[in-house]
Amino acid sequence: MHASYNEDVINLLNVPNGQRARLVSIGERLQSKLRQYGLHNGDFVRVLRVAPLGGPLLVGVNGREIALGRVVAEKIMVEVE
Amino acid sequence: MKIALIGQPNCGKSTLFNQVAGYKAETGNFSGTTVTFTESCVRVAGQVIELVDLPGAYTLESGSPAETQAARYLDSKDVDVIINVADATQLAAALELSLELLSLNKPLILALNMMDEATRLGLKIDGEGLACELGIPVLPLVASKGRGVKGLFLKSLEVGKNSESRRQKAEGRMRNVEVRHVYARELAEKYVTRGERKVTLRDRLDDVLLHPVWGYAILLFVLFLFFQAVYGIGKVTEPPLLKLFDMLTKGALSPFGNATLISEIILGVMQGIAAGVAIVLPYLLPFLFGLGILEDIGYLPRIAFLMDTFMHRIGLHGKAIVPFILGYGCNVPAVMSTRTLEEPRDRYLAAALATLVPCAARLAVVFGLVAYYLGPLAAFGLYLFNLLIIAITGRILSNMMPEDTPGLILEMPPYRVPTFKNVLNKAWFRMREFVVEAWPILIAGSAVLAILNYFDLAYFINWLVRPFTWVMGLPPTVGVPLIFGVLRKELSLIMLSQALGTANFGSALTSTQMVVYATFVMFYLPCLATLAVLRRELGTRAMGVIAGLTVIVALFAALVVRGVMAIV
Repeated sequence: MHASYNEDVINLLNVPNGQRARLVSIGERLQSKLRQYGLHNGDFVRVLRVAPLGGPLLVGVNGREIALGRVVAEKIMVEVE
Repeated sequence: MKIALIGQPNCGKSTLFNQVAGYKAETGNFSGTTVTFTESCVRVAGQVIELVDLPGAYTLESGSPAETQAARYLDSKDVDVIINVADATQLAAALELSLELLSLNKPLILALNMMDEATRLGLKIDGEGLACELGIPVLPLVASKGRGVKGLFLKSLEVGKNSESRRQKAEGRMRNVEVRHVYARELAEKYVTRGERKVTLRDRLDDVLLHPVWGYAILLFVLFLFFQAVYGIGKVTEPPLLKLFDMLTKGALSPFGNATLISEIILGVMQGIAAGVAIVLPYLLPFLFGLGILEDIGYLPRIAFLMDTFMHRIGLHGKAIVPFILGYGCNVPAVMSTRTLEEPRDRYLAAALATLVPCAARLAVVFGLVAYYLGPLAAFGLYLFNLLIIAITGRILSNMMPEDTPGLILEMPPYRVPTFKNVLNKAWFRMREFVVEAWPILIAGSAVLAILNYFDLAYFINWLVRPFTWVMGLPPTVGVPLIFGVLRKELSLIMLSQALGTANFGSALTSTQMVVYATFVMFYLPCLATLAVLRRELGTRAMGVIAGLTVIVALFAALVVRGVMAIV
């Protein structure tokens, strides 16, 4: 599938607005909780909005829109193409 | 026959439930409005069905308390048929729960709700194909307009009767979350064709409403309009109602002469009734109506998104804004709504802070005392002061709690046009709590005070509360209205006139005393109903701690105000 050497794994906070990224790993405590909102490893997410002043991110995944606080987004690692 | 409704949060279960059961469940365009299950007996095609509305759940595996409750219910009770309500616009996500439900091996029907919305988004769903593959009936539904409801229940009856003959496919391997997720996505891809998706109204609205600058400006404007409207309606409707009750009271008293026990009791009862009708209703009903509109439009999650940063300052996250907004109407639903928060720590903190938010009843005290005698600006200042105190309390409390809030995870629902019926029903539903629970207490409390007054027992209560009233520089007679304010907050105003012997508070109290009194009433001890909910939600100990906390905060705030007024 994907060769990992030509892709960067960064945390979701560093994904610029509008960019698409694939989820690679989610912090352990968060995993089951995020699943309920339809976020699974391997899914593609798109950062739709970033609230100002350290506010949350709005990401689109599988046709849903989910707001993620920065503490949450920090623990989600993604790779961008 | 017992039929259970289950579905993911915000999929329209409760809307469906209310269509058949009359208005019993709360609905709202916000994840997790239904936190307990509601049961009702309904009659369909001559058959009595026991219908259960379970709280929204993304999965049956443990998550929030609401989800655990749903799973436990399906496990333990004899449910004959499960109706799985799915949001047709988000089928990939919804099917994950459906697949999980299949593994329960109970008769199952999939209802694709919000088909009108799906069509608008250009989605075409092959229900028959889906039904074939899953081996269960799949029916279209527009619960908000009542379309497809009857067919759904007729089918449920049929399925419930022939449950033995049915076999569902795809069972065992569905126990794994990842397998379900991938399979659900495949199913959605296979049976949903996406037409042209235009740049939707939602995107354009969100561009403005979630804008870093305009978003906040609009939020302030919306809340301003909201409270302005509530106050405006209250101001217009309250005086004529009070006048009417004055006349009625005079009429009721005339056969009994003056200062007899009976006339005192009648006076007390009439004042209790008047308090309910003329003070609570003009403010609370418009408030609940407006809140229902904001809720059904889908604006509340947007507020949570915008306010996340600020809520972090007091140790919470954006989702916890809802108890605060609800708190301005009534602390009871505010405390109940803390259930949508996942962490016990967050629930505790949010509940404690929400009880400091001045509810509509306390609004009446602030308006009746401070706004009326000192002007609306002073009342507004008191509200700002209240926010400041809540922020400081939140800061201190969250520093005392070791762990950090886990942060915001919140679904942003699409905007929906609220239906008048739904909003009205919801306002009535919340209102009923007052009419049924609070009002009788209000009337009884008012009568009891009248009796105390007659036998001069008020002296004893005033003496008990004297240390507090003395520190705040208030006359001893306000002890009684303060104690009775715990029954219902508005009693602190109604009974003040009895305690002082005049309805013209300006002649009996100085400006400082009025502001200090209003400040204390704003914060001290939650009312009985709120205390009861606190106990149910968080336990007796937490209730005690929060009650004690509010008294300390109230005393501190009142003393600060007294100091400030002395300087000004």
